[in-house]
Amino acid sequence: MGGDEEVKLYGMWASPAVRRVEWALKMKGVEYQYIEEDLAKKSHQLLEHNPINKQVPVLLHNGLPVLESLVIIEYIDETWKGNPILPIDPYQRASARFWATFAETKLLDGTKAIFLAQGEEKVKAIKKVEDTLKVLEEELRGKKFFGGESIGYLDIVLGWIALWLGVGEEVADYRVLDAIKFPKITSWIENFLHVDLIKENIPDRQHTLEFFHNFRRFGFAIPNK
Amino acid sequence: MASDDVKLIGAWASPYVMRPRIALNLKGVEYEFLEEKFGSKSELLLKSNPVYKKIPVLLHGGKPICESLIIVQYIDEAWSGHSILPSDPYHRAVARFWGHYIDDKWFPALTGISRAPTDEAKKEAIEQVFAGLKFLEEVLEKSGAGKPFFGGDTIGYIDIALGCNLGWLRATEKLSGLTYLDESKTPLLVCWAEKFSAHEAVKCVMPETDKLVEFAQMLKAKFSAPPSK
Repeated sequence: MGGDEEVKLYGMWASPAVRRVEWALKMKGVEYQYIEEDLAKKSHQLLEHNPINKQVPVLLHNGLPVLESLVIIEYIDETWKGNPILPIDPYQRASARFWATFAETKLLDGTKAIFLAQGEEKVKAIKKVEDTLKVLEEELRGKKFFGGESIGYLDIVLGWIALWLGVGEEVADYRVLDAIKFPKITSWIENFLHVDLIKENIPDRQHTLEFFHNFRRFGFAIPNK
Repeated sequence: MASDDVKLIGAWASPYVMRPRIALNLKGVEYEFLEEKFGSKSELLLKSNPVYKKIPVLLHGGKPICESLIIVQYIDEAWSGHSILPSDPYHRAVARFWGHYIDDKWFPALTGISRAPTDEAKKEAIEQVFAGLKFLEEVLEKSGAGKPFFGGDTIGYIDIALGCNLGWLRATEKLSGLTYLDESKTPLLVCWAEKFSAHEAVKCVMPETDKLVEFAQMLKAKFSAPPSK
């Protein structure tokens, strides 16, 4: 493997969706070229490969584009054998996919809603995120990682919690990650951040904080020039 | 094949419920259809899908699988026979991408039309629906290569993901007077829609447009009626 495989990843350093794709590539030991995109001035290659959403991440494998982080992770899992990311059993795969989409719609979108809300709406949005964390706390029962003894699909899909949730709390001035309310999630975060391939591939907290402070200040839009 | 205990909790009008039904039909799997009564949720549904409390839910040997496209993938993986997703990873990724697009962008735009608070918002939603159909027309052209379905000669994942919405799309056309599947704009999709609806695995589970129109009118009346004391 190596010479005849061309793998490129278009990304943005602060994006959790991009990181999870990198974690998947690292789990498989795939070598790739990383291309940093300026989201205010997207490259014509990005726009050509993803005309629908015009977003990162985009994985380019031998010239063919794969879009959407969760779709890309499954693609990586199916293309490079060895060290499986998703479980093998169909029922467990369905379960992993279910929790991944649950986390995307309820938790990730839920925290975005907190960013945008104020007053009563913000309180409601925070409660919704807490309720979602309760469900995930239950899902971690008896396990070190969602994937069991080592990280798997759900861990890398939820990996943004380990850094970006805390960053979001600071930027939008709220608190949900309570170690007493969510002891399993709290220790999962610690364990997750200790995994070598994660440790070596996660943005600096201070820089990420600054980025999202600015992001919020400019109304969550990175204007396209 | 030993008889598996396969049940599907659903309702006749739901496009999402159609998806696993088509998938099971394509695989030739027999199942018991448990119809939910409109307006209430059965104990079994609440127990099987405590997170969302929504249909469809597939029960295979008593184990619940939720979320329509996840159920379709499960059916594809658990039973051999007709392949629903393509065999190679790249085309599988393309299929999954369009499944997400249909559910996350296109269908919300469609339902958003009637819910739009302003004329401007309504116009935007309608534009999004047409833009989405145009993308899908291109996908059909590329992947179909002259074949009748997104899956080629036979129904595949994108066909199921999109096709389940045809009932409501036609009902919306009747209710709004606007034609979405327009031969002058998306001729391949118009042809595809007919073939899909007539397919063996689909026609028995596709709800009649008139019944959906009636259902929509009933819902509208119910939700705009003054609250009973």
